[in-house]
Amino acid sequence: MSAIIEDGAAPGASRDVARAGAPPVRRRMGWRVRIRRDRSLLIMTAPAVLLLAVFTYIPMAGAITAFQSYDIYQGFRHSAWVGLTNFTNLFSDRIFWHAFENTLVISAVQLILYFPIPIALALLLNSVMNSRIRSFVQSVVYLPHFFSWVLVVTIFQEMLGGAGVVNQVLRRHGIGIWNVMTDPGTFRYLVTAQAIWKEAGWGIIVFLAALAAVDQSLYEAAAADGANRWRRLWHITLPGMRGVIVLMLVLRLGNALTVGFEQMLIQRQAVGRDASEVLDTFTYYYGVVNNNFSYGAAAGLFKGVLSLILVLAANRLAHAFGEDGLYRK
Amino acid sequence: MTTLSFRPRQAATRRGPAGQRPIWDEKPTAGGQVGKGVIMFVVLAVVLVPLYAIVLTSFSTQASINVANGLVLVPHGLTLAAYQQIFTNQLIVHSLLVSTGVTVVGTVVSMVVTVTCAYGLSRAGSFGHRTILMTLVVTMFFSGGIVPSFLLVSTLGGYGRYWSLILPSAVSVFNILVMRAFFAGTAPELIDAARMDGAGEWLILWKVVLPTSRAVTAVIALFYAVGYWNSFFNALLYLPDNGKWPMQLVIYTYTLLGDSMPGTGVTNTGQYAGHQQIAPLSLQMAVVSLTLLPIVVIYPFVQRHFSKGMLLGAIKG
Repeated sequence: MSAIIEDGAAPGASRDVARAGAPPVRRRMGWRVRIRRDRSLLIMTAPAVLLLAVFTYIPMAGAITAFQSYDIYQGFRHSAWVGLTNFTNLFSDRIFWHAFENTLVISAVQLILYFPIPIALALLLNSVMNSRIRSFVQSVVYLPHFFSWVLVVTIFQEMLGGAGVVNQVLRRHGIGIWNVMTDPGTFRYLVTAQAIWKEAGWGIIVFLAALAAVDQSLYEAAAADGANRWRRLWHITLPGMRGVIVLMLVLRLGNALTVGFEQMLIQRQAVGRDASEVLDTFTYYYGVVNNNFSYGAAAGLFKGVLSLILVLAANRLAHAFGEDGLYRK
Repeated sequence: MTTLSFRPRQAATRRGPAGQRPIWDEKPTAGGQVGKGVIMFVVLAVVLVPLYAIVLTSFSTQASINVANGLVLVPHGLTLAAYQQIFTNQLIVHSLLVSTGVTVVGTVVSMVVTVTCAYGLSRAGSFGHRTILMTLVVTMFFSGGIVPSFLLVSTLGGYGRYWSLILPSAVSVFNILVMRAFFAGTAPELIDAARMDGAGEWLILWKVVLPTSRAVTAVIALFYAVGYWNSFFNALLYLPDNGKWPMQLVIYTYTLLGDSMPGTGVTNTGQYAGHQQIAPLSLQMAVVSLTLLPIVVIYPFVQRHFSKGMLLGAIKG
């Protein structure tokens, strides 16, 4: 039945293309004619293309300053070329490797502690029958996604900081205080907790969508075969979410080198450089704040290239699992 | 039977009438129900209690803040003093104006650019749309990094100017892709009918496509607006003068770093002569509350579109 319905929609669409200028006809059209026909559409894309060209593509080209010794007064065109010097200096810089290590460790902690939470929350919400309660909880847990990192860190500081609510209660009961906001040793768990508070609720959207797309008749059939709710969860729900879980994992792995830049920057003073330095903050402090532009650009380029490789590798991995990943094979 | 198992997806996702439990499902256990309730209560509390405490503190008297020795959880005396103080403080008033201005102007610019580009790319078979799409998508996977962007914006004269908070981040390729997917799904009959009536592409976009895509337009506009309202790093990077700061930078400097805020501190005498006190907690929390306010006010109106508007974009990326 549904095959017919779905197919019913497709011919309508193709008929439209046929009317607007069918593919076989279009092939014979010269490019001048096509530009003329589509000029309004092309003009519409122009502002976005222009903005991206200026503010994204030019900086991409500007990354070549990593091979220069950039001088503000000379600009990109006249600064001296120094070959790989910036990179050799970078790779023998202990602080850089420390930032790299921090990035990977924080990323790994977030992957392990953060990743399962939206899935669990989505399963929980999906099992709530009362739709009013469900949508209320959803609205509340989505909300922190829209707060800035400045606000989130402020909220954490007022709750968990040395003068925060939790420590006030501890102090009143004669228990020693613990200022988690300035403790470098637990910083990686603190930033993970902040990420969970801010984003875990929002993260459930995609999993709820995947849950809604699972064919309900499968549950009915399984129940008829005597599968209890846990067996149905294991044999129907989780396999039904597999595609989305793999996709989210791919996205997470591809972004492994990006760990809340603003979040780290904001807390740097409280917790110290050692614990909070990640690749992005390294680039910012050494490149922009210390005016060592080419050195920072080298660190930025290193991260950019490595991230690209990670995205491609993560997609390969998804394909190996038989899933689509970000793009199809 | 065939009809049942091959129901269209939409129907399959619907629960029974009014969310009733299907007959084949076993009754929930009492323990399970209680467990679920407790977890959801904790989750709600973790999100809502801090917000409650912050807003309450902003309305509290200094005496009740002293009693609580921090954020106030139980009200003892309320006052509007902190808000009155805000509106006599040049720095805060100005930062409110800057944040509002950047958000309004930025959202308009971003929406115009995004809507037109998304529509321009939504027509299968139009000239060059694949090439343009690829040029856009590449930017999602690779960027030149912070330093070249900073050097570029500085070279163009953006240092110390408000446009540096808007133009470099005006286009989100992700948002364009989401909108494009929706525009491409507009009923072809409508577009055809409009074209028969002699409407050009601009008119079709304005009269046909946009009115049928209200949900996604609202969601994307909210995303852009929130992005501008929350913008912190660009301001830190390009606006060195605190007279030009937006709210986020004010909160960062005077609440998180604990610097003394001009115009709020009581100048001490004696040992600490010349030092200013940091702004009182109620004032800090009032600024935080004002920053939360627009998000909490606008959110409910757009929130109902999230599942509808975002699913496609969130999944297809």
